[in-house]
Amino acid sequence: MLSASDVIYVLEKMGTVIAENKEYLTELDSAIGDADHGINMTKGFDAVKSKLEDIKQKNIDNIGEILKITGMTLVSTVGGAAGPLYGTAFMKAALAVMGKTEVDIRDFQNIMEGALAGVKMRGKAEISDKTMVDALEPAVNILRESKDKELNEIELLNNVRLAALQGMEYTKGIQARKGRASYLGARSIGHQDPGATSSYLLLNTIYQTVEEIKGKDINGG
Amino acid sequence: MVGLVVVSHSPKIVEGIKDLALQMIPEEIPLALSGGTSDGRLGTDFQRILTAINQVYSEDGVLILYDLGSALMSAEMAKESLPPEKQQNISILKVPIVEGAVTAAVEISLGKDMNSIINAFKEAGLEKSF
Ligand SMILES: [Mg+2]
Repeated sequence: MLSASDVIYVLEKMGTVIAENKEYLTELDSAIGDADHGINMTKGFDAVKSKLEDIKQKNIDNIGEILKITGMTLVSTVGGAAGPLYGTAFMKAALAVMGKTEVDIRDFQNIMEGALAGVKMRGKAEISDKTMVDALEPAVNILRESKDKELNEIELLNNVRLAALQGMEYTKGIQARKGRASYLGARSIGHQDPGATSSYLLLNTIYQTVEEIKGKDINGG
Repeated sequence: MVGLVVVSHSPKIVEGIKDLALQMIPEEIPLALSGGTSDGRLGTDFQRILTAINQVYSEDGVLILYDLGSALMSAEMAKESLPPEKQQNISILKVPIVEGAVTAAVEISLGKDMNSIINAFKEAGLEKSF
């Protein structure tokens, strides 16, 4: 179980990781896009960070509301295609947990189902279009398949991020069919998709941060 | 009068389109621009698009033309953030942005309604195809 303050902590960590990878993401985007993904995502998550301060001051503990505010902030501040895409992802994820003050791994599955459906709806992308979907959909599939398996939360989150990592790497070998990179045609082959990369980074952050939180719980701190 | 909103990643593009469109018509029409982000980057800005829609909104409707992918996504989100009774009067159309804006400006200045403008696009073969 994660509390609202745990979720806020995960979102803050996402901002830190995006900022740390600002140059890397922009570099990936300069190869096959408009060289702004790192800059745009950092702008967005910086704005989210200050909204999270508001949320903490107002003691908002509705996790759906927290995710909704995150999504709305990303939509208005990112600037590139990632704004509407991640914004819609967080806003659809929010609907899955509206009113909840705690979330478990099945809530996380619902969050991710909402996020994936939101991204596909907004971007009209499918798997193998060389987009965020290539990282997100395999991750959601792991959660779907995990229903009958005996895995603890951390193992499952690890498998989720590994699936996203594999999906991200898969984008290197394929041609872009959506987004700015699609204008490059076959020249987009050989380059890793920046959107799939940021999606992997976010899922990796969820895994690492939840592991950190749970580690503290076990150690009584 | 139908309102026209032109959305581009670049402020220079929307300014140029406005110049071209106004050259063709005798008087001003409800026209609002959203070019680039509010902090001066190339890109699209949901909030700016929403402001532009509200500037030219009437029950005659608002026509939104856009350039590249994320402009469409941001425009859709701006539309979706409005109450349903307004949403139904807003059309986001996939036509070449320059020719579309010029055609629309002429039709709007002639007092044509949304359906007539859409027909004018079709007659001019302006629907974007891939
Ligand atoms: Mg970009």
